[in-house]
Amino acid sequence: MPQIAQLTADNWYLASQLFWLLVVFAGIYIVIGRGMLPKIEATVDARDRKVADDLAAAKAAHAAADGLEESYRQQSEASRAAAQKAVSDAKDKAARDAEKRLAKVDAELSEKLAAAEADVGAARTSAMAEIESVAAEAATDLVAKLSGVKVAATDAKAAVKAVLHG
Amino acid sequence: MAAESGKIDPMHQFEVTPLGGGFHLGGHEILFTNSALWMVVAAITLGIFMWGGMRRQLVPGRWQAAVEGFTGFISSMMTQNIGSEGRKFTPYVFSLFMFILFCNLLGMLPLGVFGIHPFTVTSHIAITGVLALVSFAIVLVVGFWRHGLHFFSLFVPHGTPLPMIPIIAPIEFVSFMVRPFSLGLRLFVAMTAGHVLLKVLSGFVINGFNAETVWLGSIVSVLSFILMIGISALELLVAGIQAYVFALLTSLYINDAVNLH
Repeated sequence: MPQIAQLTADNWYLASQLFWLLVVFAGIYIVIGRGMLPKIEATVDARDRKVADDLAAAKAAHAAADGLEESYRQQSEASRAAAQKAVSDAKDKAARDAEKRLAKVDAELSEKLAAAEADVGAARTSAMAEIESVAAEAATDLVAKLSGVKVAATDAKAAVKAVLHG
Repeated sequence: MAAESGKIDPMHQFEVTPLGGGFHLGGHEILFTNSALWMVVAAITLGIFMWGGMRRQLVPGRWQAAVEGFTGFISSMMTQNIGSEGRKFTPYVFSLFMFILFCNLLGMLPLGVFGIHPFTVTSHIAITGVLALVSFAIVLVVGFWRHGLHFFSLFVPHGTPLPMIPIIAPIEFVSFMVRPFSLGLRLFVAMTAGHVLLKVLSGFVINGFNAETVWLGSIVSVLSFILMIGISALELLVAGIQAYVFALLTSLYINDAVNLH
């Protein structure tokens, strides 16, 4: 068995085996283990860090978007409330104005009505008075024509008055 | 592989042959052997594989993802077993894991078809033993450097009743000292056994077709060949598992040294 044979002291290739093993393994350790491995690990670490950072950034962006949406919602709610308030204010104002105008027009109308009623009353009394005098004249004329008696104007007037007013 | 007599020697594949380039170092002649060649091949293949993962793109391609899969596998194993301090030892354990894995896999390549006979470096206990001793030495150095003589408390598990300490401590000590041997032996035995089995079966295939009663030999050959396909798949699994076990146990031993119990 060559593997066991080389462990004997006078074996020719044991020294060569050990020498080349140490040379090759030291080479691998220095060039690959110390040289290349850390760079590859650094690449992996950088990638892991980048992935973690990107995930954190995405999470932050998500939160910011949520906040933005929330503030937008609040803003739109506030503006909607403001619009509703403006509309109801305008309605109230319009209703108040209409009431005021209506009241004014009402007052004017009732004033006019009162004046007209007064006019009518005055006209009626003057008309009454005229009717009395006309009736008295007519009565005087009638009496004079029928009986030839001259009736005093005042008497005629009193008689007419008594008839008219019952 | 076939000897002159038609017998097939399954141990021939483990023989080290010189390829030249000898020089003397400390009284020993150092030769460039097929073993050294396949270590270098493993190192170069590993280097090419790792180089493909050095593009450092944010979104990895297939190759980069494969390399990062391996590095992530080892570094997560280190952080799980040792904690955040485990990252310091990741270069060593990663080199160990990848070297063993590539040596195991390269030894499995069916290059014999093209006349190139792959040499499984990890099927030599001299290699696996040295790797295990290096791991063990790291454990000792780290343990004594971090904890000083307090490191010996490793041999007394938490909650051991006082009268039991004289019995427990030697057992723990022996189990501790056996670690490098079990570590190196496990890989060596798994690789050797698998390759011997494959070579024995391939010997059956060849000898079956060359047998005098061709119909019987053919049946044996076909059955052996089907079995070989299955065992080759199993050996690929073993190649990965043994590299993983070596790296995992090394990380657990380093954990003992870093964190004690």
